[in-house]
Amino acid sequence: MSVELRGIVKRFETTRAVDGVDLSIATGEFVALLGPSGSGKTTLLRIIAGLEFADAGQLNIAGEDAADRRAGERRIGLVFQHYALFRHLSVFENVAFGLRVKPRAERPSKAEIAERVGRLLQLVQLDQFARRLPSQLSGGQRQRVALARALAIEPRLLLLDEPFGALDAKVRKELRRWLRRLHDDMGLTSLFVTHDQQEALELADRVVVMNQGRIEQVGRPQDIYDQPATPFVFDFIGHANRFGGEMSAGRLKVGGVMVEGGPADVPDGQVLVYVRPHHVELTAPGARGALPGRIVQRLPGGAVQRLEATSPLALQPIEIEVPASTWLPDALGPGAAVGLRLRDIRVFPATGPAARPNADRAADLLRPAFL
Amino acid sequence: MAVDITRVTPRRATAESALVRRLLLLAALGYLGLFLVLPLASVYAQALAQGLKPYFSAILDRDALAAVKLTILVAAIAVPLNAVFGVAAAWAIAKFEFRGKSILITLIDLPFSVSPVISGLIYVLMFGIHGWFGPWLQAHDLKIIFGVSGIVLATIFVTFPFVARELIPLMQQQGTEEEEAALVLGASGWLTFWRVTLPNTKWGLLYGILLCNARAMGEFGAVSVVSGHIRGRTLTMPLHIELLYNEYDFVGAFAVASLLSLLALVTLALKRLLEWRFQRDKQTYRQEARR
Repeated sequence: MSVELRGIVKRFETTRAVDGVDLSIATGEFVALLGPSGSGKTTLLRIIAGLEFADAGQLNIAGEDAADRRAGERRIGLVFQHYALFRHLSVFENVAFGLRVKPRAERPSKAEIAERVGRLLQLVQLDQFARRLPSQLSGGQRQRVALARALAIEPRLLLLDEPFGALDAKVRKELRRWLRRLHDDMGLTSLFVTHDQQEALELADRVVVMNQGRIEQVGRPQDIYDQPATPFVFDFIGHANRFGGEMSAGRLKVGGVMVEGGPADVPDGQVLVYVRPHHVELTAPGARGALPGRIVQRLPGGAVQRLEATSPLALQPIEIEVPASTWLPDALGPGAAVGLRLRDIRVFPATGPAARPNADRAADLLRPAFL
Repeated sequence: MAVDITRVTPRRATAESALVRRLLLLAALGYLGLFLVLPLASVYAQALAQGLKPYFSAILDRDALAAVKLTILVAAIAVPLNAVFGVAAAWAIAKFEFRGKSILITLIDLPFSVSPVISGLIYVLMFGIHGWFGPWLQAHDLKIIFGVSGIVLATIFVTFPFVARELIPLMQQQGTEEEEAALVLGASGWLTFWRVTLPNTKWGLLYGILLCNARAMGEFGAVSVVSGHIRGRTLTMPLHIELLYNEYDFVGAFAVASLLSLLALVTLALKRLLEWRFQRDKQTYRQEARR
């Protein structure tokens, strides 16, 4: 079932938790709302669920205006971050709750409820735990009960708030895959909130990156990763090294060094240059087009070798990733002078609407590092 | 070699020597015995001083039975009203944000900080013959002060914080997530309250009701001011005991007193039971919150 948001604004006291969000979700999609805490993603989810009401904007669910509908009338399944299971009710009764509170005319018979709950518990593989209380279950099991409870009302839309946030890494991974399969098998439309970029990229058909109440970028996971639309997205998705540079006549200079591969469509002036750690190439010091640097640390790792370098031209220590299969001379240890060649760079104007970094990042940028 | 580790008492840095521990324990027990157990025992001793027959005749005395009935009636009105009020107030305070919340919390505590005598006098000033509503009440032939309604009002005033006080922290700790879940699942506000909020707080509620009841039955000061002390009509048990005592009817006074102290003992036992249930609920909640 489709969801349409137009110009949604929600204020709390003086802050704008959601600041003009437009978003459409098509039937059958699995969409991730990704952003740091305080970016407004959970508020947006609660507005769709009907637990919060927008101050401005339009909300259409399945083509009809839902802004005035009560939460219970929207037929939306919501899975809370901390599960919010009814602690005084058994697993069975938790799942049955949504059916039992239906108005008498729509309420299924007792036998029907028992049958449906049984099927759902089987689906989440908890049928042998039906009589337990939530306090007698592990975190992953509770999460599955919460999911079964949300699915019991046959929701037109499934919302999940940090569904794996409170679980340990292994359970999280398993549940993630299982949820994706469930979504596909049941033909659900799902929207989930997360601050974990790995999770969003792995699970979703489309990722919505939010920051400070606004949408920074919407796109397929691969596009978000490969073509971040803003410095914020670049920074938030994966690791990023940042340099201050200057565009003049379509050419990019970082410090005094002319860097290849600068885009032609960025106007002249101060720019920010972003590059992923695995796109930093180590060469001999003083090589053409390479920035001067010095190795600070070399961390042996699994699949990749990690190095840290400083450069007078960088805004902070530079992270470098080299595949483990690439041989690096032993002399390339702390203190060694190197040349850093940047590949696949992204360039953003240092000012203007595209560069709207977080407050702390803004402070970072003001440091006198533009050498 | 198997060692029964459950039998080894771990040494703790904060533990005192055995002598100090015993002395402290003895002091505490002695204090309790002298000021609590002994007086309580003496109530029963005095009541039974002349044997069982005078004891039962004192209890089955017409006026004594009237006092018992009145006490039960007053509690039967005051406790349910305060339970409803307490739940409503606690619900409002714990689950909603509104202006003047802190004022409401302070007001709920007012009866605890006011002397019971003043609680009684308030009603005399309002409904007494020379009070604000006195002339109007008299013109309509309604009697509140020196009547049962006055006693009920004063009891309600004195006992109204008990339930609310018990529930507010509990409901605040539980938050509103479960209620939100119920709403999203399609439950109305009313159903959510009955099926989620109330069951979650039932032990706390019962505990509050128990304390409220003990106080409602035992209240002396406020009730004394508004009662009028009409034998067999407006005397609750505590007032009846005082009257008998002042008339030097010690067996009668202590016999009725033994009933009241029995109530206290039953209350204590129930309280212990509820606390145990209640703590268990709280503990599982905390464990859940920690996970």
